[in-house]
Amino acid sequence: MRRISIEALPNLYGKIAQSMDLILPVKTADQTNFSVWSDGCEVDLQTLKTVKSPKDAFFPQSETLYTVKKENRKLNVQPQALKDQDFVVFGMKACDLQGLAVLDKVFLAEPVDTFYAARREHGVVVTLACREPEESCFCKVFGVDPSQPNGDVATWIVDGYLYWKPITAKGEKLTELAKDLFEDASDDAVKAQQTSIQAIVEKLPYANLSLNGWNGDALDEKFNSKVWEELYKPCLGCGTCTFVCPTCQCYDIKDYDTGHGVVRYRCWDSCMYSDFTMMAHGNNRNSQMQRFRQRFMHKLVYFPANNDGMYSCVGCGRCVEKCPSSLNIVKVIKAFEKKEETV
Amino acid sequence: MQELINRAKQLLSDGTVARVLGWKAGDMTYNPEPAFFDNVKDLEEHFVYNGFCGANLSKYMIEASKLEGKTLVCLKPCDTYSFQQLLKEHRVDREKAYIIGVGCKGKLNIENIRKAGIKGILSVSGAELSDACDQLTITTLYGDKSLPYADAMLERCSVCKGKEHKIYDELLGDSKETKSADRFAEVERIENMSAEEKFAFFQSQLSKCIRCNACRNVCPACSCRKCVFDSTKFDSSQKANADSFEEKMFHIIRAFHVAGRCTDCGECSRVCPQGIPLHLFNRKFIKDINELYGEYQAGADIEAKAPLTSYVFEDVEPSVVAQRSRS
Repeated sequence: MRRISIEALPNLYGKIAQSMDLILPVKTADQTNFSVWSDGCEVDLQTLKTVKSPKDAFFPQSETLYTVKKENRKLNVQPQALKDQDFVVFGMKACDLQGLAVLDKVFLAEPVDTFYAARREHGVVVTLACREPEESCFCKVFGVDPSQPNGDVATWIVDGYLYWKPITAKGEKLTELAKDLFEDASDDAVKAQQTSIQAIVEKLPYANLSLNGWNGDALDEKFNSKVWEELYKPCLGCGTCTFVCPTCQCYDIKDYDTGHGVVRYRCWDSCMYSDFTMMAHGNNRNSQMQRFRQRFMHKLVYFPANNDGMYSCVGCGRCVEKCPSSLNIVKVIKAFEKKEETV
Repeated sequence: MQELINRAKQLLSDGTVARVLGWKAGDMTYNPEPAFFDNVKDLEEHFVYNGFCGANLSKYMIEASKLEGKTLVCLKPCDTYSFQQLLKEHRVDREKAYIIGVGCKGKLNIENIRKAGIKGILSVSGAELSDACDQLTITTLYGDKSLPYADAMLERCSVCKGKEHKIYDELLGDSKETKSADRFAEVERIENMSAEEKFAFFQSQLSKCIRCNACRNVCPACSCRKCVFDSTKFDSSQKANADSFEEKMFHIIRAFHVAGRCTDCGECSRVCPQGIPLHLFNRKFIKDINELYGEYQAGADIEAKAPLTSYVFEDVEPSVVAQRSRS
């Protein structure tokens, strides 16, 4: 275990940024999101939840796949170069890291998504333990321990110091880069903090949310439930929940007409949107109820069915905080629980 | 609140209305959700109306107008402007609505409570309509906190248009004036910026946009059956900002589209997950309309002609744009 004082963190940022991009929580216009560090930016390690998850660092909201240019009546196709430079994502929480594990299942399975794989290969993940979990957090339900994040390096902020523990070879290499800035430290302070975080986690209102009945085998029963008919009604059909989610991975592929060519790009899609998975024959989910159901069935039934029981929700609680109609996955789980009690 | 539940039960039981559109208690004090109730039992168990019921239910009346029978809808004073504007645009059916104008002491924004540094919120008291609504007591995982009610209010309540309901069948519950600021002060502040400062301001705000479309979907003035931005033929990105021009274009097009029809209900800013003050665009248009065409408040009057769709000799000439940009 090593440590660096909080006051000295700008030196660490500067040191890392000399050799690679450093992505970390930055406050801009009053909101904190993961962004590339630049000298003078307002790094914010206080805010527990960035509005968007750090998913963008590996799976950006919008990215070019290839470009086609018209030159002398010929089409010149230029593939987009894959990420080939190392970069660091600093300040990811344990739930966000679990989100990355979900994305890995999707994008690193055959056929491998080369854009994502290149970013995973070059990305160094430095996690940060959660000091003050919020009432909207329910990562415990998915087996995540916010006091014990993993990644390539794990860090904790205790009493004016950032404690730094390299975990993987990538993490050791990054530590080596900035070794002059660290001092050796015992892990007593971290252990004490972990105990207190775990005690708070036990007291969180959603700590004991039950996932009983949610699994890959529950498809017909959950899909055909009448509960959805009521639950979806306040849903505005916006994409907030899907775009702040660390695990939502659906995307659309589109062409942008530049006037003298085409940029083929992909961008996040939302199952809440009316043109989601639109095909030549039309759309197979043509009501908001069906679109709403899709999101939760995917997280709690379809994904575990295809991935050895792994849920594609990590309990970060961003949707809980951000839904304009105060709907969320917790309310869905509770509504089904209640329904089953009354049957 | 009990008075409201009793009245709704009565109207539902005697067949005056087929359903009630109000708010359903969430699992936290601060997360009630818009809900339809079609039976007395659900009303008794789940209906809630408190400071966190900020959602404007007018827009849900577009769909409710297509249903069999009347819908009892609870509208706050500012929501009635939206309903009346929708009525004017023939998007809702007056015959299908039984409007209870509910009292309002200002609506709360949980984000403001969080911004005050209050974390791990377990419950909030002092936000019932029967309360004085002066002070909130907040129980958290990290101890009890308190916050003045006004500090936790939505921005729109500090520039409230007044607690008078513009359209209703009956009124229930007390209101309390919440206006404490000038509605156009922030617009004026931006008007006085240099071009570079304005650009930097909007760039920093709009670059946060994640294109979730919450502002559009919640907006009572955005009632097109199919939005141009949802067209698969629209040759630009709809779900993500391709570049920094796109993010501005979406919001500017939307502001132009609702100009003269936006009642300034403030829902766009309430729902924005990135806290973008989207209402400022709309308020700039309202301010300009007031200055160029005479005072006009969308939704205030069912008969008044809308300034941008009625043409009179005295209308300002397009050259005003050049004149104003010189001054």
